[in-house]
Amino acid sequence: MASYNMNQVRTGLKVLEGGEPNVLISCDFIKPGKGQAFTRVKMRNLLSGRVNEKTLKPGDLLPGADVVDTSMQYLYSDGEHWFFMNPDTYDQVEADVQALAGAEQWIKEEDICNVTLWNGHPIQVKAPNFVIREVVETDPGLKGDTSSGGSKPARLESGATVKVPLFIQQGESIRVDTRTGEYVSRAKT
Amino acid sequence: MTGNGADWRPTATPEALRRRASMLAELRAFFAERDVLEVETPLLCTETTLDLHLDSMGCQVEAPGFPSRRMYLQTSPELAMKRLLAAGSGSIYQVCKAFRGGERGRWHNTEFTILEWYRVGWDHVRLMREVVALIEALLAGSHHLEEAVYASYAELMKRHAGLDPHDTPDQDLRRAVEHCSSVQDARDLDRDDLLSRLFALKVEPTFSPDRVTIVFDYPASQAAMARIGTSDPRTAERFEAYVGAIELANGYGELTDLREQRRRLEHDLIQRRESGRPEPPIPPRFLAALESGLPRCAGVALGFDRLLGLDLGARRIDDLIAFPVERA
Repeated sequence: MASYNMNQVRTGLKVLEGGEPNVLISCDFIKPGKGQAFTRVKMRNLLSGRVNEKTLKPGDLLPGADVVDTSMQYLYSDGEHWFFMNPDTYDQVEADVQALAGAEQWIKEEDICNVTLWNGHPIQVKAPNFVIREVVETDPGLKGDTSSGGSKPARLESGATVKVPLFIQQGESIRVDTRTGEYVSRAKT
Repeated sequence: MTGNGADWRPTATPEALRRRASMLAELRAFFAERDVLEVETPLLCTETTLDLHLDSMGCQVEAPGFPSRRMYLQTSPELAMKRLLAAGSGSIYQVCKAFRGGERGRWHNTEFTILEWYRVGWDHVRLMREVVALIEALLAGSHHLEEAVYASYAELMKRHAGLDPHDTPDQDLRRAVEHCSSVQDARDLDRDDLLSRLFALKVEPTFSPDRVTIVFDYPASQAAMARIGTSDPRTAERFEAYVGAIELANGYGELTDLREQRRRLEHDLIQRRESGRPEPPIPPRFLAALESGLPRCAGVALGFDRLLGLDLGARRIDDLIAFPVERA
Protein backbone atom coordinates (compact mmCIF):
# COMPACT_ATOMS: atom_id res chain seq x y z
CA MET A 1 0.00 0.00 0.00
CA ALA A 2 1.03 3.58 -0.57
CA SER A 3 2.06 5.83 2.33
CA TYR A 4 0.88 9.38 2.81
CA ASN A 5 2.85 12.44 3.95
CA MET A 6 1.52 15.54 5.71
CA ASN A 7 0.55 17.12 2.39
CA GLN A 8 -1.19 14.04 1.01
CA VAL A 9 -3.48 13.09 3.88
CA ARG A 10 -7.16 13.89 3.43
CA THR A 11 -10.45 13.07 5.09
CA GLY A 12 -11.67 9.56 4.30
CA LEU A 13 -8.25 7.97 3.71
CA LYS A 14 -7.76 4.59 5.36
CA VAL A 15 -4.45 4.29 7.18
CA LEU A 16 -2.64 1.90 9.51
CA GLU A 17 -1.88 3.19 12.99
CA GLY A 18 -0.62 0.89 15.74
CA GLY A 19 -1.13 -2.01 13.34
CA GLU A 20 -4.88 -1.36 13.04
CA PRO A 21 -6.97 0.22 10.29
CA ASN A 22 -8.18 3.78 10.84
CA VAL A 23 -10.17 6.22 8.75
CA LEU A 24 -9.09 9.90 8.75
CA ILE A 25 -11.95 12.11 9.91
CA SER A 26 -10.20 15.49 9.83
CA CYS A 27 -6.90 16.96 8.64
CA ASP A 28 -5.71 20.45 9.58
CA PHE A 29 -2.57 22.04 8.21
CA ILE A 30 -0.98 24.17 10.94
CA LYS A 31 1.97 26.48 10.34
CA PRO A 32 3.08 28.98 12.94
CA GLY A 33 4.49 32.11 11.24
CA LYS A 34 7.90 31.18 12.61
CA GLY A 35 8.11 27.48 13.29
CA GLN A 36 7.74 24.07 11.79
CA ALA A 37 4.58 23.19 9.89
CA PHE A 38 2.57 20.16 10.90
CA THR A 39 -0.68 18.49 10.00
CA ARG A 40 -3.02 17.44 12.79
CA VAL A 41 -5.12 14.44 11.83
CA LYS A 42 -8.01 12.88 13.69
CA MET A 43 -8.70 9.24 12.93
CA ARG A 44 -11.26 6.68 13.96
CA ASN A 45 -10.09 3.15 14.60
CA LEU A 46 -12.25 0.93 12.43
CA LEU A 47 -12.00 -1.99 14.86
CA SER A 48 -12.59 -0.26 18.19
CA GLY A 49 -14.33 2.95 17.09
CA ARG A 50 -11.93 5.00 19.24
CA VAL A 51 -10.90 8.43 17.96
CA ASN A 52 -7.21 9.32 18.12
CA GLU A 53 -5.19 12.36 17.16
CA LYS A 54 -1.78 12.44 15.58
CA THR A 55 0.44 15.16 14.26
CA LEU A 56 2.53 14.72 11.13
CA LYS A 57 5.61 16.82 10.51
CA PRO A 58 7.54 17.08 7.25
CA GLY A 59 9.01 13.66 6.50
CA ASP A 60 6.47 11.69 8.58
CA LEU A 61 4.47 9.05 6.73
CA LEU A 62 1.19 7.31 7.48
CA PRO A 63 1.01 3.88 5.83
CA GLY A 64 -2.18 3.23 3.90
CA ALA A 65 -4.46 0.40 4.98
CA ASP A 66 -6.00 -2.03 2.49
CA VAL A 67 -9.57 -1.24 3.45
CA VAL A 68 -12.40 -1.40 0.90
CA ASP A 69 -16.15 -1.05 1.17
CA THR A 70 -18.07 -3.66 -0.83
CA SER A 71 -21.69 -4.64 -1.35
CA MET A 72 -22.20 -8.27 -0.42
CA GLN A 73 -25.15 -10.59 -0.11
CA TYR A 74 -25.94 -12.09 3.29
CA LEU A 75 -26.19 -15.87 2.97
CA TYR A 76 -26.74 -17.38 6.42
CA SER A 77 -25.43 -17.58 9.97
CA ASP A 78 -24.34 -20.59 12.02
CA GLY A 79 -24.87 -18.57 15.19
CA GLU A 80 -21.20 -17.75 15.54
CA HIS A 81 -20.34 -16.47 12.09
CA TRP A 82 -22.27 -14.64 9.44
CA PHE A 83 -21.53 -15.56 5.83
CA PHE A 84 -21.58 -13.06 2.97
CA MET A 85 -20.99 -13.47 -0.73
CA ASN A 86 -19.64 -11.13 -3.36
CA PRO A 87 -22.45 -11.31 -5.99
CA ASP A 88 -19.98 -10.77 -8.86
CA THR A 89 -17.20 -13.21 -7.94
CA TYR A 90 -19.17 -15.53 -5.63
CA ASP A 91 -16.29 -15.18 -3.13
CA GLN A 92 -17.49 -15.81 0.41
CA VAL A 93 -16.34 -14.25 3.67
CA GLU A 94 -17.30 -14.92 7.27
CA ALA A 95 -17.83 -12.08 9.73
CA ASP A 96 -17.86 -12.30 13.51
CA VAL A 97 -20.16 -10.60 15.98
CA GLN A 98 -17.78 -7.63 16.49
CA ALA A 99 -17.98 -6.84 12.79
CA LEU A 100 -21.77 -7.02 12.84
CA ALA A 101 -22.04 -4.90 15.97
CA GLY A 102 -25.83 -5.10 16.11
CA ALA A 103 -26.50 -5.45 12.38
CA GLU A 104 -27.32 -9.14 12.96
CA GLN A 105 -30.69 -8.26 14.50
CA TRP A 106 -31.85 -6.55 11.27
CA ILE A 107 -30.51 -8.65 8.42
CA LYS A 108 -32.16 -11.53 6.64
CA GLU A 109 -30.91 -13.95 4.01
CA GLU A 110 -30.37 -12.33 0.58
CA ASP A 111 -30.11 -8.78 1.97
CA ILE A 112 -27.39 -6.73 0.26
CA CYS A 113 -25.17 -5.28 3.00
CA ASN A 114 -22.22 -2.91 3.02
CA VAL A 115 -19.23 -4.98 4.14
CA THR A 116 -15.92 -3.29 4.94
CA LEU A 117 -12.96 -5.55 4.22
CA TRP A 118 -9.48 -5.11 5.70
CA ASN A 119 -6.91 -7.27 3.92
CA GLY A 120 -9.90 -9.22 2.61
CA HIS A 121 -11.46 -9.87 6.03
CA PRO A 122 -14.76 -8.25 7.07
CA ILE A 123 -14.32 -5.76 9.91
CA GLN A 124 -17.65 -3.99 9.64
CA VAL A 125 -21.06 -5.00 8.33
CA LYS A 126 -23.85 -2.50 7.92
CA ALA A 127 -27.46 -3.52 7.48
CA PRO A 128 -29.35 -1.80 4.63
CA ASN A 129 -30.66 1.59 5.89
CA PHE A 130 -34.27 0.43 5.45
CA VAL A 131 -35.55 -3.13 5.71
CA ILE A 132 -39.00 -4.71 5.48
CA ARG A 133 -39.50 -7.37 8.16
CA GLU A 134 -42.38 -9.48 9.37
CA VAL A 135 -43.69 -8.99 12.91
CA VAL A 136 -43.51 -12.39 14.57
CA GLU A 137 -44.70 -11.41 18.00
CA THR A 138 -46.74 -8.50 19.38
CA ASP A 139 -49.78 -7.95 21.61
CA PRO A 140 -53.06 -7.96 19.70
CA GLY A 141 -54.15 -4.43 18.78
CA LEU A 142 -57.47 -2.96 19.83
CA LYS A 143 -60.32 -3.11 17.33
CA GLY A 144 -61.00 0.14 15.54
CA ASP A 145 -57.72 1.62 16.59
CA THR A 146 -56.50 4.25 14.09
CA SER A 147 -53.02 5.35 13.29
CA SER A 148 -52.89 7.90 16.08
CA GLY A 149 -51.61 7.50 19.61
CA GLY A 150 -49.87 4.75 21.56
CA SER A 151 -47.25 2.19 20.73
CA LYS A 152 -46.25 -1.33 21.74
CA PRO A 153 -43.21 -3.52 21.33
CA ALA A 154 -43.04 -5.90 18.38
CA ARG A 155 -40.47 -8.58 17.72
CA LEU A 156 -39.30 -8.96 14.12
CA GLU A 157 -38.36 -12.13 12.27
CA SER A 158 -34.71 -10.99 12.20
CA GLY A 159 -34.60 -10.72 16.01
CA ALA A 160 -34.88 -6.98 16.72
CA THR A 161 -37.67 -5.53 18.86
CA VAL A 162 -39.11 -2.18 17.76
CA LYS A 163 -41.92 0.08 18.91
CA VAL A 164 -44.88 -0.03 16.55
CA PRO A 165 -48.33 1.64 16.50
CA LEU A 166 -51.11 -0.29 18.26
CA PHE A 167 -52.85 -1.24 14.97
CA ILE A 168 -49.94 -3.40 13.74
CA GLN A 169 -50.80 -7.08 13.95
CA GLN A 170 -48.68 -10.17 14.20
CA GLY A 171 -47.86 -11.48 10.69
CA GLU A 172 -47.84 -8.04 9.10
CA SER A 173 -44.68 -6.64 7.51
CA ILE A 174 -43.30 -3.25 8.45
CA ARG A 175 -40.60 -0.93 7.14
CA VAL A 176 -37.87 -0.03 9.67
CA ASP A 177 -34.96 2.41 9.66
CA THR A 178 -32.02 0.29 10.90
CA ARG A 179 -29.88 3.37 11.75
CA THR A 180 -32.34 4.59 14.39
CA GLY A 181 -34.20 1.34 15.03
CA GLU A 182 -37.51 3.13 14.40
CA TYR A 183 -40.71 1.98 12.73
CA VAL A 184 -41.33 3.86 9.48
CA SER A 185 -44.53 2.48 7.97
CA ARG A 186 -46.64 -0.55 7.26
CA ALA A 187 -45.28 -2.41 4.26
CA LYS A 188 -47.44 -3.75 1.47
CA THR A 189 -46.51 -7.35 0.83
CA MET B 1 -6.71 20.11 -10.30
CA THR B 2 -8.82 19.66 -13.40
CA GLY B 3 -7.75 19.88 -16.98
CA ASN B 4 -11.08 20.90 -18.43
CA GLY B 5 -11.34 24.28 -16.72
CA ALA B 6 -14.52 23.39 -14.82
CA ASP B 7 -13.12 25.13 -11.73
CA TRP B 8 -12.72 28.53 -13.40
CA ARG B 9 -15.05 30.34 -11.00
CA PRO B 10 -13.79 32.35 -8.00
CA THR B 11 -14.17 30.83 -4.53
CA ALA B 12 -14.75 34.23 -2.89
CA THR B 13 -18.20 35.80 -2.94
CA PRO B 14 -18.72 39.21 -4.60
CA GLU B 15 -19.36 40.54 -1.07
CA ALA B 16 -15.91 39.36 0.08
CA LEU B 17 -14.23 40.93 -2.95
CA ARG B 18 -16.00 44.26 -2.28
CA ARG B 19 -15.01 44.16 1.40
CA ARG B 20 -11.40 43.37 0.43
CA ALA B 21 -11.35 46.53 -1.69
CA SER B 22 -12.93 48.72 0.99
CA MET B 23 -10.66 47.33 3.71
CA LEU B 24 -7.61 48.11 1.59
CA ALA B 25 -8.90 51.68 1.23
CA GLU B 26 -9.39 51.89 5.02
CA LEU B 27 -5.91 50.67 5.78
CA ARG B 28 -4.39 53.16 3.34
CA ALA B 29 -6.36 55.93 5.05
CA PHE B 30 -5.12 54.66 8.44
CA PHE B 31 -1.49 55.04 7.38
CA ALA B 32 -2.03 58.28 5.44
CA GLU B 33 -3.44 59.84 8.60
CA ARG B 34 -0.34 58.74 10.51
CA ASP B 35 2.07 59.92 7.86
CA VAL B 36 3.47 56.49 7.03
CA LEU B 37 4.61 56.26 3.40
CA GLU B 38 3.30 53.54 1.11
CA VAL B 39 6.10 51.84 -0.84
CA GLU B 40 6.52 49.02 -3.35
CA THR B 41 9.48 46.66 -3.48
CA PRO B 42 10.09 43.76 -5.90
CA LEU B 43 8.28 40.49 -5.24
CA LEU B 44 10.97 38.65 -7.18
CA CYS B 45 14.49 39.16 -5.77
CA THR B 46 17.86 37.44 -5.86
CA GLU B 47 17.93 37.68 -2.04
CA THR B 48 15.46 35.95 0.24
CA THR B 49 14.94 34.75 3.78
CA LEU B 50 17.06 31.94 5.21
CA ASP B 51 14.53 31.11 7.94
CA LEU B 52 14.56 27.32 8.27
CA HIS B 53 10.77 27.07 8.25
CA LEU B 54 10.03 29.37 5.31
CA ASP B 55 10.23 27.98 1.82
CA SER B 56 11.07 30.57 -0.87
CA MET B 57 9.92 29.47 -4.30
CA GLY B 58 12.43 30.34 -6.97
CA CYS B 59 12.57 30.64 -10.72
CA GLN B 60 15.18 31.26 -13.36
CA VAL B 61 14.94 34.81 -14.71
CA GLU B 62 16.34 36.00 -17.99
CA ALA B 63 16.32 39.57 -19.27
CA PRO B 64 18.46 41.71 -21.54
CA GLY B 65 21.52 43.06 -19.78
CA PHE B 66 22.10 40.39 -17.18
CA PRO B 67 22.93 36.72 -17.18
CA SER B 68 20.21 34.20 -16.40
CA ARG B 69 19.90 34.06 -12.65
CA ARG B 70 17.92 32.38 -9.91
CA MET B 71 15.44 34.71 -8.23
CA TYR B 72 13.02 34.12 -5.36
CA LEU B 73 9.40 35.06 -4.77
CA GLN B 74 9.48 36.90 -1.44
CA THR B 75 8.06 35.25 1.68
CA SER B 76 7.68 38.82 3.00
CA PRO B 77 9.03 42.17 1.73
CA GLU B 78 11.25 42.53 4.82
CA LEU B 79 14.72 42.52 3.25
CA ALA B 80 13.94 45.10 0.57
CA MET B 81 11.97 47.34 2.95
CA LYS B 82 14.92 47.40 5.36
CA ARG B 83 17.10 48.60 2.48
CA LEU B 84 14.66 51.51 2.06
CA LEU B 85 14.81 52.23 5.80
CA ALA B 86 18.62 52.22 5.73
CA ALA B 87 18.46 54.62 2.78
CA GLY B 88 16.48 57.07 4.92
CA SER B 89 12.87 56.44 3.86
CA GLY B 90 11.43 57.09 7.31
CA SER B 91 8.36 55.07 8.42
CA ILE B 92 6.96 52.98 5.57
CA TYR B 93 4.29 50.38 4.82
CA GLN B 94 3.57 48.00 2.00
CA VAL B 95 0.61 45.82 1.13
CA CYS B 96 1.57 43.18 -1.43
CA LYS B 97 1.60 39.49 -2.25
CA ALA B 98 3.88 37.10 -0.37
CA PHE B 99 4.65 33.50 -1.38
CA ARG B 100 5.42 30.55 0.88
CA GLY B 101 6.04 27.15 -0.66
CA GLY B 102 4.39 24.16 1.01
CA GLU B 103 1.81 26.20 2.91
CA ARG B 104 -1.79 25.32 2.18
CA GLY B 105 -4.65 24.75 4.58
CA ARG B 106 -7.73 26.30 6.10
CA TRP B 107 -5.92 29.59 6.81
CA HIS B 108 -2.98 29.21 4.43
CA ASN B 109 -2.60 29.72 0.72
CA THR B 110 0.83 29.52 -0.92
CA GLU B 111 0.23 33.08 -2.22
CA PHE B 112 -1.36 35.58 0.14
CA THR B 113 -1.66 39.29 0.86
CA ILE B 114 0.69 40.67 3.48
CA LEU B 115 0.69 44.06 5.16
CA GLU B 116 4.12 45.00 6.46
CA TRP B 117 5.11 48.24 8.14
CA TYR B 118 8.06 49.82 9.91
CA ARG B 119 8.13 52.65 12.42
CA VAL B 120 11.43 54.51 12.61
CA GLY B 121 12.43 55.54 16.14
CA TRP B 122 9.77 53.34 17.75
CA ASP B 123 10.28 50.33 20.02
CA HIS B 124 8.24 47.14 19.67
CA VAL B 125 6.03 48.02 22.65
CA ARG B 126 4.79 51.17 20.96
CA LEU B 127 4.26 49.24 17.73
CA MET B 128 2.16 46.58 19.53
CA ARG B 129 -0.30 49.31 20.45
CA GLU B 130 -0.49 50.50 16.86
CA VAL B 131 -1.12 46.92 15.67
CA VAL B 132 -4.03 46.69 18.11
CA ALA B 133 -5.33 50.08 16.92
CA LEU B 134 -5.17 48.98 13.27
CA ILE B 135 -6.94 45.66 13.88
CA GLU B 136 -9.63 47.34 15.97
CA ALA B 137 -10.13 50.06 13.35
CA LEU B 138 -10.46 47.62 10.44
CA LEU B 139 -12.81 45.31 12.36
CA ALA B 140 -14.87 48.16 13.84
CA GLY B 141 -17.74 47.66 11.36
CA SER B 142 -18.27 44.03 12.32
CA HIS B 143 -16.91 43.57 15.86
CA HIS B 144 -17.08 45.43 19.13
CA LEU B 145 -13.82 44.06 20.43
CA GLU B 146 -13.10 44.02 24.13
CA GLU B 147 -9.95 45.69 25.38
CA ALA B 148 -6.83 43.96 24.06
CA VAL B 149 -4.84 41.64 26.34
CA TYR B 150 -1.04 41.76 26.49
CA ALA B 151 0.71 38.67 27.91
CA SER B 152 4.25 37.36 27.83
CA TYR B 153 5.07 34.06 26.13
CA ALA B 154 6.41 32.63 29.41
CA GLU B 155 3.33 33.65 31.39
CA LEU B 156 1.01 31.98 28.84
CA MET B 157 3.05 28.79 28.68
CA LYS B 158 3.09 28.54 32.47
CA ARG B 159 -0.64 29.13 32.71
CA HIS B 160 -1.84 26.84 29.90
CA ALA B 161 0.92 24.27 29.37
CA GLY B 162 2.15 24.24 32.98
CA LEU B 163 5.82 24.79 32.19
CA ASP B 164 8.39 27.53 31.98
CA PRO B 165 9.61 27.89 28.39
CA HIS B 166 12.99 29.22 29.47
CA ASP B 167 13.90 26.65 32.17
CA THR B 168 12.15 23.37 31.33
CA PRO B 169 14.55 20.67 30.08
CA ASP B 170 13.98 19.29 26.58
CA GLN B 171 12.87 15.85 27.75
CA ASP B 172 10.08 17.37 29.87
CA LEU B 173 8.93 19.47 26.91
CA ARG B 174 8.92 16.33 24.80
CA ARG B 175 6.84 14.47 27.36
CA ALA B 176 4.38 17.37 27.46
CA VAL B 177 4.02 17.35 23.66
CA GLU B 178 3.44 13.60 23.69
CA HIS B 179 0.66 14.11 26.24
CA CYS B 180 -1.09 16.70 24.07
CA SER B 181 -2.71 14.14 21.85
CA SER B 182 -3.18 10.45 22.20
CA VAL B 183 -0.94 9.42 19.31
CA GLN B 184 2.04 11.65 18.89
CA ASP B 185 5.65 11.17 18.03
CA ALA B 186 7.88 13.96 19.30
CA ARG B 187 11.18 12.10 19.15
CA ASP B 188 12.95 14.16 16.54
CA LEU B 189 11.53 17.60 17.35
CA ASP B 190 14.09 20.12 18.58
CA ARG B 191 13.51 22.49 21.49
CA ASP B 192 11.92 25.27 19.43
CA ASP B 193 9.71 22.83 17.54
CA LEU B 194 8.53 21.41 20.88
CA LEU B 195 7.79 24.88 22.25
CA SER B 196 5.95 26.01 19.16
CA ARG B 197 3.95 22.76 19.08
CA LEU B 198 2.92 23.24 22.71
CA PHE B 199 2.06 26.86 22.05
CA ALA B 200 -0.11 25.89 19.06
CA LEU B 201 -1.86 23.01 20.83
CA LYS B 202 -2.19 24.31 24.40
CA VAL B 203 -2.04 28.11 24.37
CA GLU B 204 -3.50 29.40 21.10
CA PRO B 205 -6.87 27.62 21.53
CA THR B 206 -7.44 29.59 24.76
CA PHE B 207 -7.36 33.03 23.10
CA SER B 208 -10.66 34.89 23.08
CA PRO B 209 -12.29 35.55 19.70
CA ASP B 210 -13.67 38.80 21.13
CA ARG B 211 -10.43 40.72 21.46
CA VAL B 212 -6.88 41.11 20.25
CA THR B 213 -4.31 39.09 22.22
CA ILE B 214 -0.73 40.30 22.02
CA VAL B 215 1.97 37.79 22.98
CA PHE B 216 5.40 39.30 23.65
CA ASP B 217 8.87 38.30 24.88
CA TYR B 218 9.32 35.19 22.73
CA PRO B 219 12.28 32.95 23.65
CA ALA B 220 15.57 34.35 22.32
CA SER B 221 16.04 31.15 20.28
CA GLN B 222 12.95 32.20 18.26
CA ALA B 223 14.11 35.79 17.77
CA ALA B 224 14.20 35.54 13.94
CA MET B 225 15.12 39.16 13.10
CA ALA B 226 14.26 40.69 16.48
CA ARG B 227 16.69 42.24 18.98
CA ILE B 228 17.51 40.27 22.10
CA GLY B 229 15.71 41.66 25.14
CA THR B 230 17.71 44.28 27.04
CA SER B 231 16.18 43.42 30.44
CA ASP B 232 16.00 39.63 29.98
CA PRO B 233 18.44 38.14 27.45
CA ARG B 234 16.47 34.86 27.46
CA THR B 235 13.80 36.71 25.49
CA ALA B 236 13.60 38.55 22.17
CA GLU B 237 11.80 41.78 21.33
CA ARG B 238 9.31 39.82 19.27
CA PHE B 239 5.52 39.84 19.53
CA GLU B 240 2.54 38.27 17.82
CA ALA B 241 -1.07 39.41 17.51
CA TYR B 242 -4.01 37.00 17.59
CA VAL B 243 -7.78 37.24 17.46
CA GLY B 244 -9.06 33.91 18.74
CA ALA B 245 -6.56 31.24 17.75
CA ILE B 246 -5.88 32.96 14.43
CA GLU B 247 -2.35 34.29 14.20
CA LEU B 248 -2.59 37.69 12.53
CA ALA B 249 0.72 39.49 12.91
CA ASN B 250 4.36 39.01 13.88
CA GLY B 251 6.46 42.00 14.92
CA TYR B 252 9.96 42.86 16.09
CA GLY B 253 12.06 45.47 17.71
CA GLU B 254 14.31 45.18 14.65
CA LEU B 255 17.81 43.82 14.91
CA THR B 256 20.13 46.54 13.60
CA ASP B 257 23.47 45.02 14.60
CA LEU B 258 25.37 43.83 11.52
CA ARG B 259 27.56 41.26 13.25
CA GLU B 260 24.69 39.66 15.12
CA GLN B 261 22.57 39.60 11.95
CA ARG B 262 25.36 37.95 9.98
CA ARG B 263 25.87 35.38 12.74
CA ARG B 264 22.15 34.48 12.68
CA LEU B 265 22.08 34.16 8.90
CA GLU B 266 25.11 31.86 8.98
CA HIS B 267 23.45 29.79 11.71
CA ASP B 268 20.25 29.55 9.60
CA LEU B 269 22.28 28.41 6.63
CA ILE B 270 23.96 25.66 8.68
CA GLN B 271 20.55 24.48 9.90
CA ARG B 272 19.30 24.46 6.30
CA ARG B 273 22.29 22.41 5.19
CA GLU B 274 21.86 19.93 8.04
CA SER B 275 18.19 19.37 7.24
CA GLY B 276 18.71 19.19 3.49
CA ARG B 277 16.75 22.35 2.67
CA PRO B 278 17.68 24.64 -0.24
CA GLU B 279 20.43 27.13 0.55
CA PRO B 280 19.78 30.57 -0.92
CA PRO B 281 22.77 32.94 -0.72
CA ILE B 282 23.48 35.06 2.37
CA PRO B 283 21.86 38.34 1.17
CA PRO B 284 24.66 40.78 0.28
CA ARG B 285 22.57 43.92 -0.42
CA PHE B 286 20.61 43.50 2.78
CA LEU B 287 23.83 43.17 4.79
CA ALA B 288 25.37 46.15 2.98
CA ALA B 289 22.30 48.21 3.92
CA LEU B 290 22.69 47.10 7.55
CA GLU B 291 26.35 48.05 7.41
CA SER B 292 25.50 51.51 6.17
CA GLY B 293 23.13 51.77 9.14
CA LEU B 294 19.56 50.62 9.77
CA PRO B 295 17.89 53.23 12.00
CA ARG B 296 16.41 52.03 15.31
CA CYS B 297 12.94 50.84 14.32
CA ALA B 298 10.14 48.37 14.97
CA GLY B 299 8.39 46.42 12.22
CA VAL B 300 5.48 44.01 11.81
CA ALA B 301 3.87 41.82 9.14
CA LEU B 302 0.16 41.07 9.16
CA GLY B 303 -1.85 38.50 7.18
CA PHE B 304 -4.37 40.69 5.41
CA ASP B 305 -6.58 37.83 4.16
CA ARG B 306 -7.03 36.53 7.71
CA LEU B 307 -8.02 39.96 9.00
CA LEU B 308 -10.56 40.19 6.18
CA GLY B 309 -11.77 36.72 7.15
CA LEU B 310 -12.35 37.80 10.75
CA ASP B 311 -14.30 40.82 9.54
CA LEU B 312 -16.58 38.67 7.41
CA GLY B 313 -16.82 35.73 9.82
CA ALA B 314 -15.33 33.44 7.15
CA ARG B 315 -14.44 29.82 7.89
CA ARG B 316 -11.47 29.53 5.57
CA ILE B 317 -9.08 31.60 3.46
CA ASP B 318 -10.69 30.33 0.24
CA ASP B 319 -13.75 32.46 1.04
CA LEU B 320 -11.57 35.59 0.80
CA ILE B 321 -9.36 35.13 -2.23
CA ALA B 322 -10.65 35.00 -5.77
CA PHE B 323 -8.58 32.02 -6.88
CA PRO B 324 -6.78 29.83 -4.31
CA VAL B 325 -3.72 27.91 -5.46
CA GLU B 326 -5.71 24.95 -6.83
CA ARG B 327 -7.52 27.34 -9.20
CA ALA B 328 -4.64 29.70 -9.88
